[in-house]
Amino acid sequence: MSGGALPGLPPADMLLVLAVILPLFGLLPLLLLGSRLAERLTLLVLAAGLAVALGIGAEVAAAGQAATAFIGGWRPPLGVGLRADGLSAVMLVMTAVVLCATGLYAMTGPATPRAAGERMPTAFWMLLLCVWSALNLVFVAEDLFTLYVALELLTFAAVPLVCLDGKEGQIEAALRYLVFALFGSVLYLLGTVLIYALYGTLDIILAARRASVSPGLVVALAAMTAGMMAKAALFPLHLWLPPAHSGAPPAASAMLSAVVIKAPIFLLVRFWLDLAPESLAVKVGPILAGLGAAAILMCSLVALAQHRLKLLIAYSTAAQIGYLFLMFPLAAAASAWSALAWTGGALHLASHAFSKAAMFMAAGLIAEAVGHDRIKGLTGLGRALPVSVAAFGLGGLSLMGLPPAGGFVAKVMLLSAAVHLGNWWIALVILIGGLLAGGYVLRVVVPALQRPAAPLALRPVAGWREWVALALALVAVGLGFVPLEPSAYLAIGRPASWAEGAP
Amino acid sequence: MSLAFDALLCLLALLAALRAVAAGEGFSRVAAFMAYGLILGLVWVRLAAVDVALTEVAVGSGVTGLVLLRAVARDDAPAPLAAGLAYRLLAGVVALLVFAGLAAVVLLLPEPAPSLAPEVARHLPATDLGNPITAVLIVFRALDTLLETVVLLLALIGVWALSPDRTWAGRPAVLLPAPWSGALEFLARLVVPVGVLVGLYMFWAGADVPGGAFQGGAVLAAMALMAIAAGLLPRPVLARRRLRALLLAGPFGFLLVGVLGWVFADAFLAYPPGVEKAVIILVEAAITLSIAVTLALLVLGPPVAEETE
Repeated sequence: MSGGALPGLPPADMLLVLAVILPLFGLLPLLLLGSRLAERLTLLVLAAGLAVALGIGAEVAAAGQAATAFIGGWRPPLGVGLRADGLSAVMLVMTAVVLCATGLYAMTGPATPRAAGERMPTAFWMLLLCVWSALNLVFVAEDLFTLYVALELLTFAAVPLVCLDGKEGQIEAALRYLVFALFGSVLYLLGTVLIYALYGTLDIILAARRASVSPGLVVALAAMTAGMMAKAALFPLHLWLPPAHSGAPPAASAMLSAVVIKAPIFLLVRFWLDLAPESLAVKVGPILAGLGAAAILMCSLVALAQHRLKLLIAYSTAAQIGYLFLMFPLAAAASAWSALAWTGGALHLASHAFSKAAMFMAAGLIAEAVGHDRIKGLTGLGRALPVSVAAFGLGGLSLMGLPPAGGFVAKVMLLSAAVHLGNWWIALVILIGGLLAGGYVLRVVVPALQRPAAPLALRPVAGWREWVALALALVAVGLGFVPLEPSAYLAIGRPASWAEGAP
Repeated sequence: MSLAFDALLCLLALLAALRAVAAGEGFSRVAAFMAYGLILGLVWVRLAAVDVALTEVAVGSGVTGLVLLRAVARDDAPAPLAAGLAYRLLAGVVALLVFAGLAAVVLLLPEPAPSLAPEVARHLPATDLGNPITAVLIVFRALDTLLETVVLLLALIGVWALSPDRTWAGRPAVLLPAPWSGALEFLARLVVPVGVLVGLYMFWAGADVPGGAFQGGAVLAAMALMAIAAGLLPRPVLARRRLRALLLAGPFGFLLVGVLGWVFADAFLAYPPGVEKAVIILVEAAITLSIAVTLALLVLGPPVAEETE
């Protein structure tokens, strides 16, 4: 074990492993105790997981280099290596914050109706813990097959979340999600097999060192990219997302839309910026960006036409992930501006996670209070549920890209990079996308702030759950105060190599 | 001679695959799928990949086939989609294109293929194991295997989550509608003891020759299901703590050994020097047990009857 960079913290390699295995220990009490006590213990596990993520973030910052761990002491190519660079650390902390907030929100909410029995809360907590373990593994694994296992874990945890309520139509949405996700897994596995056959290693860093443009590599990367697009619901493979994300219980929707969807996108970044030769990445970047642009325009327009709040938010997710694909041609270009695009993309990813989790939580509370989520029936809601409406509005502010929210700074960074790199059409799409987001957010917020035609009959909702949603929205807004420059933290440990931190 | 045998195998595999995707009644297509899995197992044997062959037959053909059979046997199973000829032709053309693309890529791959096999062979003595596949699964890539056992557990949790609220703690549905004669019971009394022995042998032999936890566990699961179907064992009550402990023994026993690696060796999932093989066999035993219970419960499906039936 290499010593930790910070006194008082466990060594970084231990923290990396803990990030993956700690959530799993929560399954023990849930399966063996299955009661209120198990839920309390789960919350303890969530808190410990947050501490581990923050610890990794601090170690990476203090060391100024990526944290690494070798499972069983076997180094790649024979063994499996874990590695957290600046971007991984940001993703780990973001996931920890969103999932801890989800846990707080779900504690007393409709996701845990005691009267209905043990099934839903127990299953929900187990799936949440497995989602967390899988996401952390996606963010730190360097091995293509370990990543496949992580994706399987993520799929089998995320799909049951969709049909947890057991309502009509949810099973169908879950099955459609399962088919898309498994299709993505098979394509990913095919690419992995080809890369092993080409380079004799599954380690991304070692494979990247041997990679040269060849038909085999092109097919492998194309298969893996298509697989991740299916899992990330990138237009035109987005059809599974709206029913799945809008039909799930609100706490599950928040998780699925905010963080689960980010795992395949993170892997696409790894494939194209870490694994693929640069000459290939430069050629493919515009294709990915073109699909991203189509996602932004088409899904935003469809979101504008929705009548139900949760479907509107779900279509907004399908649109917003488009921005993350605009990053590829900008970040792959060999220019000083690509670092800014890189920071902007990462910032958009994080601010979307916080704002989307806040919006789904707020929508869940609104539906619980009003009894439905038809947008037409929400006039005057601002007076009755000010905190939830504020959470929805502030989250929406970040999606629109208005100052001072995190979405604003992210879009400014992407815009500047696009303009300076001469990609005018990307700049245009970013601007139009912002206008459309404004349209679909204001469609909800403006009527909500008006005087109601008739007094609304509301059921009470737990006030502090509203504050959890608002707190997440405020984090999204607070990200707007990061400096408008390429982040030095995100550059830690890049380009990737195994040299640093070797025992 | 072997060329003729291989050609026959390929022909049989193709025919079984065609039968499995051809139009017709669900039951016969599932039967064809299971036959396809068995033939594929023989193909793997011909390719000298005996571990893969055993897994294909036990899990790919056996357990999966059982799950599919139960699905088509349901009274409320939806009618198969009536696909038109044009749709079928289109699907066939797409499949042929994918096949051609894959074949082209495989032919383009470097020859001889780069491989980690020599590296595994070089480090095999350090693991004290004789079967390189087991060494890869339990030692070099232990994290993947550990998490695969969690995936299996998670799949079961996902199936259970589909149950109605009131039966969450209850029993799964009856495996067979009604025992129509004593023949099944007779068969079970005859086959189950032998099968349990085979399953245990597969696990035990896995350290040095082909076999291992997944294959052995699948055979043991099949024996448990046979005993339940014949009425020799009661349908399990899923909330029983003892049953759930059996589910957890494999993944969490493995995790515990992993954590102890920090204490007794120098890394997570490193085995204590000197007693590697003993610890590995203990881990494999726990995994075999959990896989057997998990696979059997996966086939039995979600709890649908209350405990006090």
